[in-house]
Amino acid sequence: MTEPLLSTDRLIKRFGGLLATDAVSIDVRPGEIHALIGPNGAGKTTLVSQLTGNLRPDSGTIHFAGRDVTHLPAHARVRLGLARSFQITAVLREFTALDNVALAVQAHAGHSFRFLADARRDESLRRPARQGLAAVGLAARADMAAAALSHGEQRQLEIAMALAGDPCLLLLDEPMAGMGAEESQRMIGFLRALRGKRAMLLIEHDMDAVFQLADRITVLVYGRAIASGTPEEIRANPDVRQAYLGDDFTSAKNS
Amino acid sequence: MSSLLASLRTPRGLLTAVLLLALAILPLLTQAFDQRYLLSIGTRIVIWAIAAISLNMILGYGGLVSFGHAMFFGIGGYAVGILAHHGMASGWIQWPAGIAAAALWAALIGALSLRTRGLYFIMITLAFAQLVYYLGAGLEAYGGDDGLTISRSRFAGLLDLRDKASFYWLCFALLCATLWFCSRFAHSRFGLVIRGAKSNDLRMTALGFPVFRYRLAAFILSGAFGGLAGILLANEGAYISPAMMSWVKSGDLIVIVVLGGMGTLFGPLYGAIAFFALEESLPPLLDLGRRGWGEYWQIAFGPMLVLVALYARGGIDSLFGRRHD
Repeated sequence: MTEPLLSTDRLIKRFGGLLATDAVSIDVRPGEIHALIGPNGAGKTTLVSQLTGNLRPDSGTIHFAGRDVTHLPAHARVRLGLARSFQITAVLREFTALDNVALAVQAHAGHSFRFLADARRDESLRRPARQGLAAVGLAARADMAAAALSHGEQRQLEIAMALAGDPCLLLLDEPMAGMGAEESQRMIGFLRALRGKRAMLLIEHDMDAVFQLADRITVLVYGRAIASGTPEEIRANPDVRQAYLGDDFTSAKNS
Repeated sequence: MSSLLASLRTPRGLLTAVLLLALAILPLLTQAFDQRYLLSIGTRIVIWAIAAISLNMILGYGGLVSFGHAMFFGIGGYAVGILAHHGMASGWIQWPAGIAAAALWAALIGALSLRTRGLYFIMITLAFAQLVYYLGAGLEAYGGDDGLTISRSRFAGLLDLRDKASFYWLCFALLCATLWFCSRFAHSRFGLVIRGAKSNDLRMTALGFPVFRYRLAAFILSGAFGGLAGILLANEGAYISPAMMSWVKSGDLIVIVVLGGMGTLFGPLYGAIAFFALEESLPPLLDLGRRGWGEYWQIAFGPMLVLVALYARGGIDSLFGRRHD
């Protein structure tokens, strides 16, 4: 078995009396799509925030790319190759789509203490940014303000920004949220094409998408990982069915 | 240079060019029309514009509402005044010392206050400004509350700052330099990081930018230019006092930036011109209505600000049509 790219060991996070992350140990292997599912309030976003470094766990460790990153600040983890998209669309609204991706490229192109040269004329930033936009199908939208893009396009833009730094792991917090059926399918196709090249930790409510994409699934309920396994194993797991999926789920899937 | 010429063809560009030209030859105009007083107002406008541009770097481009920017007036001014008081008259020593002191102070308080957001940032910058204010008022050796009359900085053989026109031109040249820097800064890698963090700092962190470091650097830059304005202000009146860094002045600087147009290159300059034009013209206008009303000119000025806040969110700059950057 290959060494996991990301692994957590008994991660615990409390908010007052609430145990939001309850001794969670999960791992993501290179190139795989690992889906994290669970009902609302299960602590998925809390877990992701600890992985990105926006929240400090109370105890437990996080290893990424062969080193202990538990106490590394968020921006430093990104430098190591950990990129994320947000649950609520978070593009830089006043900037053009191309600017958004160019900034993502810039974040990985050394320090930005450069005060005089026009960054918008810097082909070493603009060229990869244009390629990144084209890869998610937004080439024609390059010069539009991000705020003027449709919701689905903004989510695609987020993916382009996350990919700009050539990360080895993508944390995708509900990338399909708020998308229409057709847009969702396109996003699923896009993510599937990335499988094997980049590892992904995918949080998603759309079970269709999860079962189409995931190599492995971990189910989170009340902060605890109650099951982890292949889609087939998860589907067959009685605890999962009781806690989350509902008994009609498997029959609906099989029909 | 070609883009500069191209921008002259827009109404905004043309107006700005005329304005800069008028400012460039102001000493000649005031001499021709024998209006010495106008030159002193013009000097103050130019100095305050430098301070407003420096505030705009963090307020307009960075979205950080610092309510203590006048403290850098004080630090630059007192650096000049204190050195002059001890016989260190050379501007070559005074000016770098003043700018360095302002930058150092900005680094110190920036490192603390930039850990807070929103209202807390406003309050903590105000608190630091008050601290400097009372420190100045407590310096009995340098005049305490009453302030101190100082001799102007000496640039032996190069410039005599006592000559009003020379001093004005020096201020104007420094304004142009500040504008030039700001125009480059706004579109540089650094500027885009600062502006991106204004739009969504969480996003910028998730992209891999250590946002705090960049904001601190911007705060230091802003403080350094603010210190420069303070140095000029002290030389303009040959006088320093705690009043130059009272919270009212910090508020005036915010008003100037908002009035002129936040996050625009020339907005702070427009704002400074409008602010001083109104401050000079409203009292006599109101006095026409009835003697004594002029004293309460701010009763008329206040509603104007409300109108700008309500209907001209981009400030004066937005009246010239949309910018495209």
